[in-house]
Amino acid sequence: MKKKRWLFSLIFISIVMLLSGCDTKLMVLDPKGPVAKTQSNTIIFSILMMALVLIVVYILYIFMLTKYRASKTPDDYEPPHMEGSKWLEFIWTAIPIIIVAILSVVTVRTTYAVEKVPAGYEDQKPLVIYAASSNWKWHFSYPEEGIETVNYVNIPTHRPVEFRLYSYGPISSFWVPQLGGQKYAMSDMITKLNLVAEHEGSYMGKNSNFSGKGFAQMEFEVLAQSPADYTKWVKEVQQTAPKLTEQEFNTVLHTDFVGRKSYSSTHLGFAPAPEGDMAGHHHGGDSSEKSKESGTDSEDHMQDMGDMKDMNDHSSMEHGH
Amino acid sequence: MKWDEFFVTGEPMIYAADVSIVLVSLAIVIGLTYFKKWGYLWREWLTTVDHKKIGIMYILSALIMLFRGGVDALLMRAQLAVPDNKILDAQHYNEIFTTHGVIMILFMAMPFVIGMMNVVVPLQIGARDVAFPRLNAVSFWMFFMGAMLFNISFVIGGSPDAGWSAYFPLASLEFSPTVGNNYYSLALQISGIGTLMTGVNFIVTILKMRAPGMKLMRMPMFTWSVLITNVIILFAFPVLTVALALMMFDRVFGSQFFTMANGGMDMLWANLFWVWGHPEVYIVILPAFGIFSDVISTFSKKNLYGYKSMVISMVAISVLSFLVWAHHFYTMGQGAMVNGFFSITTMAIAVPTGVKIFNWLFTLRKGKISFTSPMMYAMGFIPIFTIGGVTGVMLAMASADYQYHNTMFLVAHFHYVLIPGTVFGVLAGMHYWFPKMFGFRLNERLAKTAFWLIIVGFNVAFMPLFFLGLNGMTRRMYTYSANTGFGPLNMIATIGALVLAIGFVVLCYNFFYSFRHSPRNEGGDPWDARTLEWSTPSPVPVYNFAKVPVVKDEDAFWHAKKHNVPLYEEGPYEEIHMPNNSGQPFILGVIMFFLGFFLVFSWFIPAIIAGIGVVVMLAVRSFERDHGYHISPKEIAATEQKLRGDTV
Repeated sequence: MKKKRWLFSLIFISIVMLLSGCDTKLMVLDPKGPVAKTQSNTIIFSILMMALVLIVVYILYIFMLTKYRASKTPDDYEPPHMEGSKWLEFIWTAIPIIIVAILSVVTVRTTYAVEKVPAGYEDQKPLVIYAASSNWKWHFSYPEEGIETVNYVNIPTHRPVEFRLYSYGPISSFWVPQLGGQKYAMSDMITKLNLVAEHEGSYMGKNSNFSGKGFAQMEFEVLAQSPADYTKWVKEVQQTAPKLTEQEFNTVLHTDFVGRKSYSSTHLGFAPAPEGDMAGHHHGGDSSEKSKESGTDSEDHMQDMGDMKDMNDHSSMEHGH
Repeated sequence: MKWDEFFVTGEPMIYAADVSIVLVSLAIVIGLTYFKKWGYLWREWLTTVDHKKIGIMYILSALIMLFRGGVDALLMRAQLAVPDNKILDAQHYNEIFTTHGVIMILFMAMPFVIGMMNVVVPLQIGARDVAFPRLNAVSFWMFFMGAMLFNISFVIGGSPDAGWSAYFPLASLEFSPTVGNNYYSLALQISGIGTLMTGVNFIVTILKMRAPGMKLMRMPMFTWSVLITNVIILFAFPVLTVALALMMFDRVFGSQFFTMANGGMDMLWANLFWVWGHPEVYIVILPAFGIFSDVISTFSKKNLYGYKSMVISMVAISVLSFLVWAHHFYTMGQGAMVNGFFSITTMAIAVPTGVKIFNWLFTLRKGKISFTSPMMYAMGFIPIFTIGGVTGVMLAMASADYQYHNTMFLVAHFHYVLIPGTVFGVLAGMHYWFPKMFGFRLNERLAKTAFWLIIVGFNVAFMPLFFLGLNGMTRRMYTYSANTGFGPLNMIATIGALVLAIGFVVLCYNFFYSFRHSPRNEGGDPWDARTLEWSTPSPVPVYNFAKVPVVKDEDAFWHAKKHNVPLYEEGPYEEIHMPNNSGQPFILGVIMFFLGFFLVFSWFIPAIIAGIGVVVMLAVRSFERDHGYHISPKEIAATEQKLRGDTV
């Protein structure tokens, strides 16, 4: 059938055009750190394996469709009754099992690898950064440096960074495609994500898990700097940025879009992250609210509702930075 | 609830929808009155317990919902066509992708496959109706009223806006204070109960009502797929029922199961949702596999290759479908070991699915393939679905999934599975069984035009999304800036979506065209098919089979035709016992609709009254004595004479 051939060439040409049309590499396949590198390799390996499967199916498919069409067989041809074949069925059960087994080994190994501190960096003391999401921002606290930023995070290259993720609201997902895959930030526990940047540069980071109206704008910049530049930046923030008061933190927390901010102290003192003693399902909520309000459940509830109304009043959806 | 919040206001599109709803309703009422069709509507459709008519109503509802979900899709594609587009604002976009997902899965795919089951399964097994015809009508009206309740949300009160998966705490009262997610919990609950009853009904029907001689391993593959599907329904839907009930308690009665504060567990919802949600995927895909099996076998003029391994692979898929739910949230931080387990179980599903693909390909071998419209959809399915399948294996790999999760790559994958799988499946089935339902075939030329538009449009619309995902575009974002570079591929996708939409318009136009122009006297077996349903006249008389067929082989009808042996035993007609029509299922459905509606708005007094109404209806049914009616041999002889032009 001419139409079909025409269709296949159309699909093929469009795929080639899509691939060549991108001047820059696809972000996920352009890794800038070991975690993303592992993932990129895994993806490319699986694409190759799967391309093999596709080719086998497509060759069989085209063969069957061209050879056995009614127009090519005599009118009195009676197709035979075929029950199936033990050998053939064994082959197309066994080969997929082997493929799946190979992919399983690769998956389990790489999954363990990307969950841990990347190989070669285990000896270094990781830089701990708390990354908390709130509608619709990211708060980054550096407990050891005593600084906090909003909607941007600077990290030194060639040093493991341990992001401790949690959320002041809906589940969000912390994702910096060029440094490594994502992980959820939730309100009642922290999750840890180990990343290393091996190249200096500015990388796009975002929340990838839908969290409401401002979700599309919930991006942040990850700036990977040389260790010297990074230290310089930390000093600068420590010396020039204002202290983060509880009142200021609450204001930021309840403002939809705030742009970039820098502070020379963190919120972890007055509003600790949900880890250790603070973890558990009694803690999710708006902890700043809890510390002020010790009312009954229904009052809490009313308060939350009130907050939502306030939020809705901010009708402007302007981009923060 | 203030009255100015009751109706959705402020959007020109919503006002247009209001106007069109009122106009269409008026047109229907006036039309029915003018043509004096109220009685016909009530007697023949609203009160029917005939599985064929119920099936047709399911399919018609599914087509209407396909239109609604399709308009949602086009609006989304229009918004994303260019960077920083202003057609939709964030709130409106969020509502639209939520309703698109819910409607396409629960109110389009589900009723379409259940409609196919209803029309075909009793005919394929040589039965006169399903096991519980009245219950079947209740199932339909529960589904229909649930769907209607969900659909009015966009003009009354506002639509849900937390995604079709309604993750907490986003879907809690705290972050979604409108009634939208109340609609979600109640509308899905009402139609979900209907689906659960369908599951019970069809399991009993298939196990207990097969014609003599039809052993389990002689059943047509579609019937097998329906049996397995309904077993999955029976195990999966109670989970949804419970999850939705807890959600409703949280939102309507102020409980704290999934909230952020007071010990609520947000991830419990995600787990419950996907414990149902993943088997749900197989509930909509397995019947499509069954349809493809029957269609490919019919139009290759061959029996299905590897019948036994087809059955075994479906059973394997149904078991595995309950062991993979956590792959929907590898990124929750449950660690490498748990993720490794779910990666392996997920990839394992590729094995039985691969077996099926190869069996279909080898059914074609040495066959005599004719490219009719149902066969075109089946042949379109294999190459495209395989792309969906292999990308599914890629997504199953946890380490890589950290990069695909929540991106357009995922969106591309599941559309590559659900559209060629489920949608092509039900379209193949619709074109295939259309003459059985209505007595005439759809026009082949128009059907093929629609097919090519759909297949080209589909690939142009969804292939670019794989690349957008790998380039960092997440799903559910209502806009993006020009410097992301997402613009050109999104524009291509939107053009593809338009072509796809034109394809569906041609497909629907074909109904009208064929209704006017198709020849009517093609007999009961226009495709020279193999299974029992084709041994009946088209359209099928109310009692299906004048005499119960006796099955001697797999592909019973083909066997009878080839070996020239009678399908029915000799002898005179016997009296046939049939169930009476009843208005109760419809009335129960209407009361459920109002019960749901009142609960959505927390109007408890009316809700209690409606609740009492439900109990009264159940009591009425419990104390009712209805023994059905009998069709006399004389009447049967007359009907058969008229339909077949001879006596059997």
